Amino acid sequence: MTRTPGTITASSTGVAARATDVWKVYGAGEAQVVALRSVSVELRRGQFTAIMGPSGSGKSTLMHCLAGLDTVTRGEVSIGATKLAGLSDAGLTKLRRDQVGFIFQQFNLLPTLTAEENILLPLSIAGRKPDPAWYDTVIETVGLRERLHHRPSQLSGGQQQRVACARALVSRPEVVFADEPTGNLDSRSGAEVLGFLRHSVRDFGQTIVMVTHDPNAASYADRVIFLADGEVVTELREPTADAVLETMKRIDVLAASRDGDV
Amino acid sequence: MLRATLKSLMSRKLRLVLSGLAVVLGVMFVAGAFVLTDTLGRSFTSLFSTAYANTDVQVAAKSKVATGVGNDQGVASLPGSLVDTVRQVPGVASATGEVQVDGARVIGHNGKVVTTYGAPQFGMNWTGGGFAQLEPGSRAPAADDEIVINAGLAKTADLKIGDQVSVLTLEPKKTFTLVGIFGYSGGRDSLGGEQSVAFTTPVAQQLMLGTPDAYSDVDVRAGPGVSDSALRDRVATAVGGDYQVKTGKQLADDASAGFQKALSFFNYVLLGFAGVALFVGIFLILNTFSIIVAQRVRELALMRSLGASRRQIINSVLLEALVIGTIASVLGLGAGIGVGALLAYLFANLGASGLHLAGIGVPASAVIASFAVGVVITLVAATLPALRAARVAPIAAMREVAATDRPLTRVTVAGSVVTAAGIGVLGVGLAGDGGDATLWAILGGVLVSFIGVALLTPLIGRPVVSVLGRLFAWSVPGQLGRRNSARNPRRTAITAAALMVGLALITGVNVILTSATSSIHNVADTQVSADLVISGEGGNSSIPPTFDKAVLDKTRSTPGVAQVAGFYHDQARVDGKVTGVDAVDDPQALRDMFGLSAKSGTIGTEGSGQLIVDEKQATSLGLHVGSQVPVQLTRGDARTFTVTGIYRDNDVYAGWVLSAADVSGFRSAQPQQAMIKLTPGADVNSVKTAVNGLLADSPGINVADRTEYVDQQTSQFNTILTMIQILLALAILIAVLGIVNTLALSVLERTRELGLLRAIGLRRAQAMRMVTVEAVVISVFGALLGLAVGSGLGAAVVRALRDQGFTVLAFPWSRMALYLVLAAAVGVVAAILPAIRAAKVNVLAAIAYE
Ligand SMILES: Nc1ncnc2c1ncn2[C@@H]1O[C@H](COP(=O)(O)OP(=O)(O)OP(=O)(O)O)[C@@H](O)[C@H]1O
Ligand SMILES: [Mg+2]
Repeated sequence: MTRTPGTITASSTGVAARATDVWKVYGAGEAQVVALRSVSVELRRGQFTAIMGPSGSGKSTLMHCLAGLDTVTRGEVSIGATKLAGLSDAGLTKLRRDQVGFIFQQFNLLPTLTAEENILLPLSIAGRKPDPAWYDTVIETVGLRERLHHRPSQLSGGQQQRVACARALVSRPEVVFADEPTGNLDSRSGAEVLGFLRHSVRDFGQTIVMVTHDPNAASYADRVIFLADGEVVTELREPTADAVLETMKRIDVLAASRDGDV
Repeated sequence: MLRATLKSLMSRKLRLVLSGLAVVLGVMFVAGAFVLTDTLGRSFTSLFSTAYANTDVQVAAKSKVATGVGNDQGVASLPGSLVDTVRQVPGVASATGEVQVDGARVIGHNGKVVTTYGAPQFGMNWTGGGFAQLEPGSRAPAADDEIVINAGLAKTADLKIGDQVSVLTLEPKKTFTLVGIFGYSGGRDSLGGEQSVAFTTPVAQQLMLGTPDAYSDVDVRAGPGVSDSALRDRVATAVGGDYQVKTGKQLADDASAGFQKALSFFNYVLLGFAGVALFVGIFLILNTFSIIVAQRVRELALMRSLGASRRQIINSVLLEALVIGTIASVLGLGAGIGVGALLAYLFANLGASGLHLAGIGVPASAVIASFAVGVVITLVAATLPALRAARVAPIAAMREVAATDRPLTRVTVAGSVVTAAGIGVLGVGLAGDGGDATLWAILGGVLVSFIGVALLTPLIGRPVVSVLGRLFAWSVPGQLGRRNSARNPRRTAITAAALMVGLALITGVNVILTSATSSIHNVADTQVSADLVISGEGGNSSIPPTFDKAVLDKTRSTPGVAQVAGFYHDQARVDGKVTGVDAVDDPQALRDMFGLSAKSGTIGTEGSGQLIVDEKQATSLGLHVGSQVPVQLTRGDARTFTVTGIYRDNDVYAGWVLSAADVSGFRSAQPQQAMIKLTPGADVNSVKTAVNGLLADSPGINVADRTEYVDQQTSQFNTILTMIQILLALAILIAVLGIVNTLALSVLERTRELGLLRAIGLRRAQAMRMVTVEAVVISVFGALLGLAVGSGLGAAVVRALRDQGFTVLAFPWSRMALYLVLAAAVGVVAAILPAIRAAKVNVLAAIAYE
């Protein structure tokens, strides 16, 4: 079977994104940092996955590699049916535009555009029109109808993150990646955003990967993958905040025991 | 604090280079002008001292009509008997009568007059002495049909000994045999590009002075032990007060002083254009520093909260400016020396062949001006941003950078006031009487108006940029670019205003010249009924080209010709004032062709001893029909003329008109121009061909129909325009640098946005297009401003000069459209580097949180 970038063979595999034996090494010699060592993960369609781990454990790196923002040193990454290796910048750009949605911790929106324009930006760039029904649903869900014509500077942090969520969802990407989307928000705004993300997974079958430090945030996910020192140490399904917290506390021990196994 | 400033300076090399470059270019212009004029000045001083090296004392005739312009020398002559008088003076070793007059034009192999780049074309008598030395194979002219010429002329015209050479002088074309070629001491083949034709003495007297046994001057050598100045005094006593007696050194000094004056005027012109470039540079530096201060708000706030005082913040910005200004001045001075030397070299080798360049020197004035200008300009431009930096509150360190724009009310009010003041001063200047104060008022008015408009630009920019942007908004990158150009009105405005300055000046001059051309065409078509004009191709010698008087009568008898008015022109002293006078051989034809009507007396009947004048002059001099007016013509004694007519003021003709019967007093008794009116139904072209045939023996004279004639007269306008465009190109270049700078800094500032856009799928080409649209919007906006302001300025001048014959206000639409298109192209070019930078933004680095 030939796979050309951008063509998705329907839920054939049920896997929205996959990393196989991924290594990421920064620098060389003395200054060499191994950010990811032999990471293999499979993100199933319609699942909400959280990635957790101590600072510097490689969460952002893994996410960037999965999203086609960064290249891997070794191993293979694919989104939908598209292998990322060997794609040109233009190919990667097109992949991101059509199959990936992003929510960053901050600085998600263009200050010159209104909320609505920001939401429609990826579609405009691609020269596509939104599906009106879907657009309506998204706007309704994020609850921003009254704010559509406001500029980002006129929105609160939580509202801005909701606009970013709407933007990530409106093009119905294969996967949405969110790097600490609630990192800058108070707990109530954070809960709103997280609720919305889970909602879009449950009700619309969206695939979401979220990096977070917050066990409470992770508890919104269907699955939590724990990283330490660039390696996957364990994972939890249907996590509760307490279980996540518990695992985080033991993560060094877990990592050490894993190293012992190797 | 100092170290922090220097570190921040080094960490931003790009802005250092870009804002410094504007100063470097401006200073280069200034230093280049000084070095060029200094080098040329010294070269010509040495040239003149060579030219007068062998002259101890010279006796020259004083002009009867001291014009004060150009070379009076040829107008006056002294009698041959004076040479003997001088020779009798004790201490005189030798006295030689010399003829040397500008206005001997050699006709080249192609039948055209051989020209110089402004250097004189002397006709002289061969005296065998002096420092002119015949080359081998040459001999002195012995017969009346023999000449020798200088080697420079021989080379330019490709003439060899034995050639038949035709020469135009006071008299129509005459042909001679070339028997010799001479050079000057030091191996020079010309003195600064001069051309000389030496005849036998009687021929030179006849052709160059129009008087037998007369000379231009007497060259005197001192006997042994007699000092030049002592001899000068003795000779002066002997010849009396009617002659000018000077030592060779005095003559050389006078000549070089005259030349230095012309050079310093040239220098002022160059400095004026340098000033425009630097003025534009201020915009660029101001903008750069403002953007940098805006980008460093957090850094500055942090410094403030760590205890830095406002003074220290101001000083840190000004110190940065000082460093940039000093480095740029040094580089600009170096570049200026190079440019000055290059131009001097080009001048000596392409323009005035044979000018031996004195060594390239760097006058103190160049160094002082460079540093003063470079440092002061940079500091002045950085002052506002420095004050703004000092106003940053410490709390800003804790806040998200608030990109909210300050309201434009204050700057708009200030802009309106300054613009009004500028227009006011300009109005005063335009209404002025043409003196120095007028010029300063006009320049000051224009400058102040520019500043005012620049202050208004943010306000004007909003609607204009939004309309312009809409033109490009068909694509997403276009829309983003449009918004970017609208998001910081001040930044866009200053960048555009810098482009406005140069373009406004070019457009203004363009409007004035176009209006002048249209006015002349209009007047010629509606008020002059001559169909053909015989005239010379100007030339720069003091004897304009003439043609044989007989041509006038032959033209009159050509079929199809109704009337012919032949014109003679000269300077004369009328009623105590030096002025141009015309003599006409058919006053009635003059009256008919220019539609002159009598206010009083009669027009068209004047004969010997009579003259007519326009109403305006008659009124101001209190003249009426029958008044007696003293007139001193070039030749002969002063005479009294009778006013026989005063004609009404009109747009085409003014001044004193004599009859051709009195033309013997003119310098040249040959006509210089003729107007021809045809009989109804006559074919212009066939008459033109016929008249052209009559002029076969008059090179440098041609016949043109009315349109061609007006075009010839206005062709110099194009030269002026080209010169101005070249000189203003630097100001435009700096403005373009400004666009590059603004965009580059904006791209830098928006790295995160670019990263975000790239992350969500904006292609590299799209990112580049976004930057390009922003650049084009800015440059087209600047061009529109420039065209509007320039049209306004030009229209104001044209209106103010309505009485001077500017009857038509015309706009150079096609040129203006061309400028607009060029501006858009310039925008695209300016965007190249910033766009590449934008495309290269590393997505990961851009979205990484600090
Ligand atoms: N561009 C880079 N060059 C060198 N090393 C890097 C680079 N980016 C990340 N690293 C290193 O890779 C490792 C993983 O970084 P990463 O940003 O993925 O961690 P993280 O888990 O996202 O941490 P945090 O929770 O603090 O965001 C760290 O040790 C980091 O220092
Ligand atoms: Mg991270």
